[in-house]
Amino acid sequence: MTSDATDKPLSFQGMILKLHEYWSARGCLILQPYDMEMGAGTFHPATTLRALGPNPWNAAFVQPCRRPTDGRYGENPNRLQHYYQYQVILKPSPPDLQELYLGSLAAIGIDFTLHDIRFVEDDWESPTLGAWGLGWEVWCDGMEVTQFTYFQQMGGYDCKPVAGELTYGLERLALYLQNKDSVYDLAFNDAGVTYGDVFLENEKQMSAWNFEIADTERLFDLFRKATAECENCLDAKLPIPAYEQAIKASHVFNLLQARGVISVAERQAYMGRVRDLAKGACASWMDKNGWAA
Amino acid sequence: MDFLLELRSEEIPARMQDKARDDLARLFAAELAKAGLHTDAIVTFATPRRLALIARDLPAATAESSEETKGPKTSAPPQALEGFLRKTGLSQDQLVERDGVYFAVLDKPGRPTAEVLAEAIPAVIRAFPWPKSMRWGDASASTESLRWVRPLQGIVALLGEEIVPCEIAGVTSGAATLGHRFHHPGVITIGSASDYEEKLRACHVIVDQDERRQIIALGAKMAARKAGLELIEDTGLLTENAGLTEWPVPLLGRFDAAFLAVPPEVIQLTARVNQKYFVCRDAEGKLANAFVCTANIDAADGGTKIVEGNRKVLAARLSDAKFFYETDLKVPLEEQAKKLANIVFHEKLGTVADKVERVAKLARWLVEEGIVGAAVAPAKAGAAGSSGEPAAPNAAAPASAGATSLADLAERAARLAKADLVTGMVGEFPELQGLMGGYYAAAQGEPREVWEAVRDHYKPVGQGDEVPTAPVTVAVSLADKLDTIGSFFAVAKRPSGSKDPFALRRAALGVIQVILRNSLRFEVTEALLEQRRLRLEQLDAGACFEFDGLDAAGNAKQTEMTFGMQYKATAWVVSFLDYAKSWGAGFGYEYLMPDEIDAVLGYVVSPQEYITPVRDFFADRLKVQQREAGVRHDLIDAVFALGGEDDLVRLLARVHALQAFIATPDGANLLAGYKRAANILKKEGFPQSVTPAQAGVSGDGAGQEPHEAPASAGATHLALSYTPEPAEAALAVALASAEPAAADAVAREDFEGAMSALASLRAPIDAFFDSVIVNDPERDKRLSRLALLDRVRAAVHNVADFSRIDG
Repeated sequence: MTSDATDKPLSFQGMILKLHEYWSARGCLILQPYDMEMGAGTFHPATTLRALGPNPWNAAFVQPCRRPTDGRYGENPNRLQHYYQYQVILKPSPPDLQELYLGSLAAIGIDFTLHDIRFVEDDWESPTLGAWGLGWEVWCDGMEVTQFTYFQQMGGYDCKPVAGELTYGLERLALYLQNKDSVYDLAFNDAGVTYGDVFLENEKQMSAWNFEIADTERLFDLFRKATAECENCLDAKLPIPAYEQAIKASHVFNLLQARGVISVAERQAYMGRVRDLAKGACASWMDKNGWAA
Repeated sequence: MDFLLELRSEEIPARMQDKARDDLARLFAAELAKAGLHTDAIVTFATPRRLALIARDLPAATAESSEETKGPKTSAPPQALEGFLRKTGLSQDQLVERDGVYFAVLDKPGRPTAEVLAEAIPAVIRAFPWPKSMRWGDASASTESLRWVRPLQGIVALLGEEIVPCEIAGVTSGAATLGHRFHHPGVITIGSASDYEEKLRACHVIVDQDERRQIIALGAKMAARKAGLELIEDTGLLTENAGLTEWPVPLLGRFDAAFLAVPPEVIQLTARVNQKYFVCRDAEGKLANAFVCTANIDAADGGTKIVEGNRKVLAARLSDAKFFYETDLKVPLEEQAKKLANIVFHEKLGTVADKVERVAKLARWLVEEGIVGAAVAPAKAGAAGSSGEPAAPNAAAPASAGATSLADLAERAARLAKADLVTGMVGEFPELQGLMGGYYAAAQGEPREVWEAVRDHYKPVGQGDEVPTAPVTVAVSLADKLDTIGSFFAVAKRPSGSKDPFALRRAALGVIQVILRNSLRFEVTEALLEQRRLRLEQLDAGACFEFDGLDAAGNAKQTEMTFGMQYKATAWVVSFLDYAKSWGAGFGYEYLMPDEIDAVLGYVVSPQEYITPVRDFFADRLKVQQREAGVRHDLIDAVFALGGEDDLVRLLARVHALQAFIATPDGANLLAGYKRAANILKKEGFPQSVTPAQAGVSGDGAGQEPHEAPASAGATHLALSYTPEPAEAALAVALASAEPAAADAVAREDFEGAMSALASLRAPIDAFFDSVIVNDPERDKRLSRLALLDRVRAAVHNVADFSRIDG
């Protein structure tokens, strides 16, 4: 265990490398980010689809997350419309999952004699994915740094066996390790490049686009096309491309939300549409693999 | 011997721990009872990582017992005996014979308590009623695997010093447990129930939740005091923090004072809900820029880093709140209010914007009708410039008295009242509705009356909440609640039993409290009819266009139809029905889908069909509310039974006078006299007159025998065909003055006066019953005496229907 006072804290990329090393040594595949916009790492097929069925699966990866409504034009020190999650999925959930997780925190330099780590109830649910699980948000000195979930259902199917999912908020963890107040001041590497150098302009432009500029007619059109294409794939019994189209529809829906053009009454209908597509893809995936519900 | 059970699991949600302790004690006691074991003393403990139970003084074994089972008669056929032997596993010579019947006596030896416990533990675990439970690990490949709140990690089961061996879902019982996750991560071995608490304490675990609560309460208070501040106490937070820690350490930190620009309620809520922090007051009683968090560790640096970390998190939260606040402030509330057209109030009742429109008009109506304003006490006392009087010298505020501007203010406030529902802040913290609207309205320069009304119009929320008295607030609060009640009753969404999804009972209670607190004089039903009129008006307005939501048959198109279209389609159907009705035909109905008819029925019922259930609902709520205030509900019934009384203030004045009167000897005796008179009249089938004036008018139907009313039962004794007895004449004289006096007093709303007028009847009635025989063989005498009693009844009914009064 390292001590905060003596060692230089890890840079943002150093922290990712450390986590890769840690989880790789514990039998995880180290995957790369999925090349599509999504609201959370859980949407990565390596989580969603692999959580289904009986086969063991251990993987870790970084996933960029897009949450258009969370954009703050770069003015809020830790709300962003694009940020990174570190995902670990272990199936079936190992008996010492909490200890493994704490080991990863120690590996990136959190000293448990100085910091207050807490497991605070936070049950996870994704209506879009027809999924839910029980677990906690893990607090480090009052900050939520990880979502820790035992998946119980995915796509409306019982998880047999249950997978444990760890979702680290990388920026928040880095704020801690580097003792910074603003995400834009984080050291991205050890050579003077900051997170702001990489992403501040991105946040400004993307916030403007998300909230003000995105052409809503074209977005509605994209939504329709993605849903239609998803159904096309489902008809052809191709769950993976179908699932990709469902993710796409979900993200377009999020953009429409940010543009404020979906009324509360319609919101349910749109979410229901995306959920049906995602569930359809999960059902098709189960079917393709010959797994019974 | 004492028994210790510890069920160790991954972190148990704080909110579930108290109930879990109760459940553990209950289930455990039930398992013991099943085996015939009894324990008086069960103590339970809960921490985030363990649920524990200690049962004191258990016997080493259950008591021996013998159980007798009745068998067949000795005279029964042999097959019956054979069957009984097979069932009991005994031979015939082992049976006992008594009174010609076989009995099997089975001796049950005592069982070792350890054996009972070994079975009880898994049974308790399996039956545990967690609000939410889960599967985990390899075993979860089957959905039949054990469910627990979080993965179950260990079981300590010690009877005396011996391990009670059991196993469930791969977890085997033992004597080993773990200490504090970070202070003492290693294994510790428990000796027995008696050293459990102390061994854990030595390993930085305080097992007793109440002790942890005390540590936090005291520590937080001291931390605040040390900083020259006063802790704002919060028992809910205390319990929650005790449920999140095994070794609680309260720590005080400061946040940037610049955040105090955000309303204090927001800061307190953010700190409490999101971070579970206490907050503090400064010497002036204002919210201080300090928080108290509860760590679960004695940090090596005394908590410096922990406080710093928590400060940073709170700063981020507050900076988000500040962002919402500042962003919201940039948009005028009337602009925000436009977005309410996108929020459905209820699928059959349009959008929140529709509701706002009705509430605004109803609030104005309440003022213009003189219901709110004149009668509201503070307005009378403080308002400047009521007609003819010189304005108050210090009237710096915009002159807002007078019915016109009061109506304008009420309408304005109502139009802004719901606008904060679409603000960022209320989106984040729904419990701040109203409060934020008040801040935003004040910030955009609305008059005090308006922003106060926006802020307080949800009040009162339940018994004990502050009841508004400012006229504008009263108007909006009443209009909002009456609209909610009227609207849901119109579409038949009434509360029933324990179901009241739209909180209509609370709304009605609010209406009652506002009316009584401000002595508002009006008929509630009239206001509800106005609400109905406003609702219908809206539908008509919407019915003029957007016919394209309907197909040729008038059916709503099911595809791609937005809510607004459906609502207008419904409106169209309503106007269509009205049109059909005006033709005197019901021909419109067959074109409609059943659910559409259902949807519009609420709008087409007659005012009477609509009003009756609402009136009954208010009567019920009033009874509940008054019962809690110590008023007898039979007295309320007695006044309600007169009918037609929708003025709650008048009604209660009458009830209060009645309650006082019934408590006096005059009242009690009058009640007895009334009941005697009423019984005689009932037995004789004498029809009940409605008012004294109608007492002489014959009414048939109720009597068993054809009834001829006396020629002038309602007139004075002078018209009698016989010489009345003195007491009879005296009663008639007393009635002649008491009757009009009571009626007159009631008309003047002088209910004490009405009661004393009635009190004057008490002696004559008593004397009448003492010396006059009602059931005289002479028909004329009988009838005129019955008529006299009927006049007594009628006179009393000026005040209340005494037949409803108990006793």
